[in-house]
Amino acid sequence: MNNLLQTGQRLGRTWGPLLGIAIVAIALLVVAPAVLSPFRLNNLGKYVCWAIAGVGIGLAWGRGGMLVMGQGVFFGLGGYAMAMHLKLEAAMATGGPDAIPDFMVLYGDGTMPGWWEPFRSGPFTLFAILVLPAIAATILGFAIFKRRVKGAYFAILTQALAVAFATLLVATIKQTGGFNGLNQFTQFFGYNLYDPVNKRMIYSIAAVLLIVCLVVVWQLYRSRFGELLVATRDAEERVRFLGHDPANIKLVAFVVAAVMASIGGAMFAPITGIISPSDVDATASIFLIAGVALGGRSLLLGPAIGALAVGFGRTFLSESFPDQWTYFLGLLFIVVILFFPSGLGSSWSQLTSRLRTKEVAR
Amino acid sequence: MTEGLSHVFESRPRLVTGTVLAFTAALSLSACGGTKSGESSAVESCVDTSGDTVKLGFLNSTSGAMAISEQTVRDSLVMAIDEINADGGILGKKVEPVAEDGASDPAIFAEKIEKLLTGDCVAAVFGGWTSASRKAMLPVVEANKGLLFYPVQYEGLEASENIYYTGATTNQQIIPAMDFLKSEGVKTLFLAGSDYVFPRTANKIIKQYAEELGIEIVGEEYVPLDDDDWTTQVAKIAAAKPDFVFNTINGSSNVGFVKAYYEQGLGPDNSPIISVSIAEEEAPAMGKDITGQYAAWNYFQSVESPTNDTFIEAFQAKYGDDRPTSDPMEAAYTSLYLYKALVEKAGSFDVDEINASADGVTFDAPEGTVTIDGENHHIAKTALIGKINSDNQFDVVWSSDSPVEPDPFLEGYSWWDPSKN
Repeated sequence: MNNLLQTGQRLGRTWGPLLGIAIVAIALLVVAPAVLSPFRLNNLGKYVCWAIAGVGIGLAWGRGGMLVMGQGVFFGLGGYAMAMHLKLEAAMATGGPDAIPDFMVLYGDGTMPGWWEPFRSGPFTLFAILVLPAIAATILGFAIFKRRVKGAYFAILTQALAVAFATLLVATIKQTGGFNGLNQFTQFFGYNLYDPVNKRMIYSIAAVLLIVCLVVVWQLYRSRFGELLVATRDAEERVRFLGHDPANIKLVAFVVAAVMASIGGAMFAPITGIISPSDVDATASIFLIAGVALGGRSLLLGPAIGALAVGFGRTFLSESFPDQWTYFLGLLFIVVILFFPSGLGSSWSQLTSRLRTKEVAR
Repeated sequence: MTEGLSHVFESRPRLVTGTVLAFTAALSLSACGGTKSGESSAVESCVDTSGDTVKLGFLNSTSGAMAISEQTVRDSLVMAIDEINADGGILGKKVEPVAEDGASDPAIFAEKIEKLLTGDCVAAVFGGWTSASRKAMLPVVEANKGLLFYPVQYEGLEASENIYYTGATTNQQIIPAMDFLKSEGVKTLFLAGSDYVFPRTANKIIKQYAEELGIEIVGEEYVPLDDDDWTTQVAKIAAAKPDFVFNTINGSSNVGFVKAYYEQGLGPDNSPIISVSIAEEEAPAMGKDITGQYAAWNYFQSVESPTNDTFIEAFQAKYGDDRPTSDPMEAAYTSLYLYKALVEKAGSFDVDEINASADGVTFDAPEGTVTIDGENHHIAKTALIGKINSDNQFDVVWSSDSPVEPDPFLEGYSWWDPSKN
């Protein structure tokens, strides 16, 4: 009897999260395209991009205890890398293989900085979206974690990076489009960006990437690495005494989170048709965090569902109350932080497990 | 680290991962399909004008950094709708506004205009302020074959079949301002601007035209948007002692600029400022008495015309006696009446029919008579230079002889070379 219970629990632990991921996959890939209008589906695609970044934040913050307040930087690296390619694609479609983006002619001196050149290539762009944030996060993480910077200092440092990154973008108008950002893309790897069929395809790609990220994170949680990460979060010194270097463990989580934010940003550019400093600055970074906090940072699905919910909430509230929506949104966050400090999802699972314990005790 | 990370990643069963990936791949393939660029499927307009009402979208930022400016545009749009409805509507149909908040974020502008065009099926959208917001909306409004009325002066070099620009383009504000400076006998000019598209483009035009006019540019300084510290840059102005300062600074950064300018002993007597973004709304907020400085616009509250008197009276009756009227507000108000005139001339709310008969549509606006150019969708406007008086109103000291024909790409100016910096 006892044995059977254990087997059941083990099966639940393996297949439970998988069932959750499968439900998310069916909801995003089958139900949503069937019931939503193209416009709403595209909006959902935007929330999915935030959710992809959110899954990474869940890993770094929920499991690793690192409050990453500046994920906008990595979101922006991916977003701008993709946008540079789309911008060049748009230019080359009308002006031949040597064409350069319109804003460099209009507002600059008609020359393109050399580092734009490789982004003419689609495969290079995809490579850069994965590798650029990984390199940046490795250098940054190495410097931070080896010096044992943590807690509020870590949070402030990452937040400051987001501010600096947005300021840098605004100040480099000739190279990055400045405050306007990059926009007016026409095609996505050869596909017309404004064709409803293609928009749905791009949405599907984003949704699949979210599922893949969920699976990756789930596998990480199940691995010894996942256990070490939680151990580092809860008792870093003990992990050190056991012979592990917490810096390396945190670094891996930080880099994975950065790459996921970058993937989210890369899909954000074709879905919204624009990436600008306001999508990657401190405020945008806090919105990413807010979704994760709302959904439950240490759960597998919490960050993704929370990010989707915050995205939906922003749209719904701003459409229903165009003049007061920011107050409602603020109020919502205050209520959640006051009454459900570990997120709605976590509060729910705590509640159900408490009920279950009661039943067992009886 | 005493052990490699490799075995740290070992996890238990692997099979499930494969199953999940195969599953999602299968699901996504069913959702995929694609059209190569070029063969676009046609977008059907969902605008329904068979009933007694027609919907129009208002898209302005009512939250975020731009709210303070864009709310004034929203107010005058609302007033114009009320007037038009009281007067019988457009083509006998009452106008029903659908308002959305752009939240000072270009990506939100793109989202909301698509919602207005495809969800609410509005016949036209009015709004946008920053170039960033307009650039974000442009591809959406083009793809959905909608109409957008953009009410703010901007950097030009743009024309879209689906946008009407009711603010000034550069040859209706920047170039006339240079003509004014020339007529004042200005020899040396210093350029101060925000590091932003509009100032960068404006200064590119100013530099080329200055060369033509024989005015020497003695300095050019930029400060990032929303940065308030102008001390170092103003010191350079004080050292260069220019005859005039051409100010293309955006928004609140002007406060820091003006403060440093007066503190370093500059003033209208030695190096006066000519601004292109300080209007009646902004002048009292500068923190210094800026009497005697200049501004280039196409409308001032002080413009004397019967239509302007009615406009100001109606606006202040609705929103309060202390509310000034300014150029973007007037351009927004005018844009709704121009839309009415466009629809009535075409006899239809259909975008293609409106565009086909757009050329020459006029409106007797508070700023004077304005006329639509059917080719580039901008409007002919009179250029004005005002001098700020102690009531924070502008006394008109110079104006173009007649409304200036819009030329967004400066094709009629032989000195203009877009590839020269």
